[in-house]
Amino acid sequence: MSIVTVQLGQCGNQIGHEVFNAICGDVRGAHGLCSKKENESYRDACKERFFSEEESEVPVARAVLVDMEPKVISQTLSIAAGSGYWKYDDRSHFCQKQGSGNNWANGYSVHGPRHKEVIMNLVQKEAEKCDRLSGFFTMMSMAGGTGSGLGAFVTQCLRDAFPTSFILNHVIWPYGTGEVIVQNYNSVLTLSHLYQSSDALLVHENDVIHKICAQLMNIKQISFRDVNEVIAHQLGSVFQPTYTAGSGLHYSRNPLGDLMETLVPHPEFKMLGLRNIPQMPENSLAYSTFSWPGLLKHLRQMLIANAKMEEGIDWQVRPPHLGSSIPSSHSTNKPLHFNTSIANLVILRGKDMHSVDLGSFRDPSLYTSWLNPRDAFNAWKTPRAFNKYEKSASLVSNSKNLLKPLNSVVGKAWNMFASKAYIHQYTKFGIEEEDFLDSFTALEQVISSYTIL
Amino acid sequence: KGIYDEALSSFFRNVDARNGGDRPDIYKGKICSLKARALLIDMEEGVVNEILQGPLRDVFDSKQLITDVSGSGNNWAVGHKLYGYRYRESIVEKLRKTAEHCDCLQCFFIIHSMGGGTGSGLGTFVLNLLEDEFPEVYRFVTSVYPSGEDDVITSPYNSVLAMKELNEHADCVLPIENESLFDIVNKIHQMVNSGKLGSTVKQNSLVTSSAGGVKTVQEKPFDAMNNIVANLLLNLTSSARFEGSLNMDLNEISMNLVPFPRLHYLVSSLTPLYTLADVNVPSRRLDQMFSDAFSRDHQLIQADPKHSLYLACALLVRGNVQVSDLRRNIERLKPSLHFVSWNQEGWKTGLCSVPPVGHSHSLLALANNTCVKPTFIELKDKFMKLYKKKAHLHHYLHIDGMEQSCFSEAISSLSDLIEEYNELDATKGGPRTDPSRLKIA
Repeated sequence: MSIVTVQLGQCGNQIGHEVFNAICGDVRGAHGLCSKKENESYRDACKERFFSEEESEVPVARAVLVDMEPKVISQTLSIAAGSGYWKYDDRSHFCQKQGSGNNWANGYSVHGPRHKEVIMNLVQKEAEKCDRLSGFFTMMSMAGGTGSGLGAFVTQCLRDAFPTSFILNHVIWPYGTGEVIVQNYNSVLTLSHLYQSSDALLVHENDVIHKICAQLMNIKQISFRDVNEVIAHQLGSVFQPTYTAGSGLHYSRNPLGDLMETLVPHPEFKMLGLRNIPQMPENSLAYSTFSWPGLLKHLRQMLIANAKMEEGIDWQVRPPHLGSSIPSSHSTNKPLHFNTSIANLVILRGKDMHSVDLGSFRDPSLYTSWLNPRDAFNAWKTPRAFNKYEKSASLVSNSKNLLKPLNSVVGKAWNMFASKAYIHQYTKFGIEEEDFLDSFTALEQVISSYTIL
Repeated sequence: KGIYDEALSSFFRNVDARNGGDRPDIYKGKICSLKARALLIDMEEGVVNEILQGPLRDVFDSKQLITDVSGSGNNWAVGHKLYGYRYRESIVEKLRKTAEHCDCLQCFFIIHSMGGGTGSGLGTFVLNLLEDEFPEVYRFVTSVYPSGEDDVITSPYNSVLAMKELNEHADCVLPIENESLFDIVNKIHQMVNSGKLGSTVKQNSLVTSSAGGVKTVQEKPFDAMNNIVANLLLNLTSSARFEGSLNMDLNEISMNLVPFPRLHYLVSSLTPLYTLADVNVPSRRLDQMFSDAFSRDHQLIQADPKHSLYLACALLVRGNVQVSDLRRNIERLKPSLHFVSWNQEGWKTGLCSVPPVGHSHSLLALANNTCVKPTFIELKDKFMKLYKKKAHLHHYLHIDGMEQSCFSEAISSLSDLIEEYNELDATKGGPRTDPSRLKIA
């Protein structure tokens, strides 16, 4: 089954491009470290998922590029085609000239309805190219105007037009000390709207990835390209083909559906975080060896202690003791800083993953009480190594890990809203104070739900 | 001859100059003849004629001119009411023509001075017109405010009358003061002529230079100062014209820097003022560029943003500067700056890959900061000095359409604006109590 990617705004398009680059690079590479047959299987599954075979010498990405200004898409299309390894469909994009001015209301209430037909036609065309459509992967940032506002509108349209397909939104959480002054308003409006139409939100935080670039990748002058490459690697590590428990001897065919099934048991809890280890500069890879137990031990502690990378983990944090007489519904009994999970998914890529013991992730004390621990944890695997890493482990989790950033963004937005600053910029395009209040209410509800886990 | 591309088309049309240029514009390919997307308006002919005889004569379309002979006599009422009425239709018609040649019109730049009669009076008349005829197009105004020792007696009247129009009809105003431009020119002069570093300063990197431009010789004393403003506008629009990893368009500037409709006065600063010939720029020098952007002597008006209150701040970097350089410097400089309580982390940033001619990188900082207040207060004081004595009032009042109420409304508008800044300043350094969050059932 295939995934259609919708790249929205500057961020969505820049990252989307790196993702296809990473996926293509991975498949082309001779570092599979597995049998030729395995490699071919992997490559075919990947191709079906992300690329269409058209009368073109190179694979064509299953993607729709949307932006309200032309420069980014024009660059993205030409760089991809220039690589010689893959390209975008020349017709599968839509731009305007004006941009959205970082204004969510402009993206959502003006550009959205105005260009709905054209954009949905492009999506429909891509969907029709798929033998079987697994769903949509939309890529956007929350801080700007197009990705956020138009992105929210398009997600709604996707839901209306494809009621049975899965929709996963990849959302970029902006740097805390601003890229855009009204980013907190835009974020609140985006998240509250996406929550209604999307199946799940997979979040990457710029601050976190920046730290990975600085401390793990040792990059001195970090550019957005560096940040995007790390994000692309992490996404590739999740969405490249794997075997699931139910897929038997074939690579699983429904990645989005499987993801939703394992991680989103309840519509109130849709925020997914992603961790991947190891991460290091390419030239260090040759000198490093990894063991699965070592990788998994770190990954588990990263989950529990809410660490976002493998350095600086707080090893003191421990899951609470189960079986004590205190009722488990009391959130205060959970030790401070412990990150409770609803569900987790571990993805292992590389040799000898068959023998890996994942029992530590099945520990019921990691989870809330309302899911059977058997159901709360799943694992996907493949012996085929990913992107030159001999062994690579990823963790996608539905847990409290995004509570703090969410609370922070809502708090700052509320603070600004109380002074009414910038509101006139939104009302100018049809988003009123009541719409803001609705969004705040919706998010306070989400915060409350995650808090009492 | 070069290629006509998107970047050029933002400010120029490409026409086939044969046969009077009535053929359709050429959208792609080689440059044939560039025509500025501009209207030149002056009520006396001297300046415009000079331009039309100079090296830029082919760039300005003679059909895009509106001139008269006698000037406005440094009288806002003559410019606004008399000439406004007389030339309204002609201006609208030419604007429409120019707009029609645009694929997608995003913004008008109005460039004028506040102290005279034409720029101030007719200029603000045109501003009104633009709002009426093109309500959805942004209006950015670059206004040169009168300097301390300005010799036009009526400049306070003209400036205050114009301020009311700017308050009500501009989206963003970039105030400029000649004193600041002059100080910068002098500073560079000293740098270039001093013994130690003089020889290593790259001439074409001066912020006062018109390097890369058509004119090769700076003749007039104002040329150097005006080039600073030209570079300001170039940097402001760079991200809209060239690619970068984090684009910042003009409508984003308006969106992020104007929290309340009337508080749209932005203090600008440009760095570096010059580059040394040494091409390798260690990050320390890059950091110096960021520090300079906040220093008093790099601002284009007489103001000190560091000691006043920031409502919002934008940093547009050009050249080989990456997001980590931006973050590092924001973190470093933040503690020494005062931001309003509801916008503690209020930064808008942009990264454009293409640096200005002669530089490897540059920075434009735009601040919505209460440090504009002294400029306005001074304007008000000078106005009141004249107004109390009714000095020169008759020159204005005898113009058709001009009444005493125009004056009282104008000064009232300015007073209200000053009061808004006062209220914000009063919150500076005060205790911060965040509003309590929504409680859900």
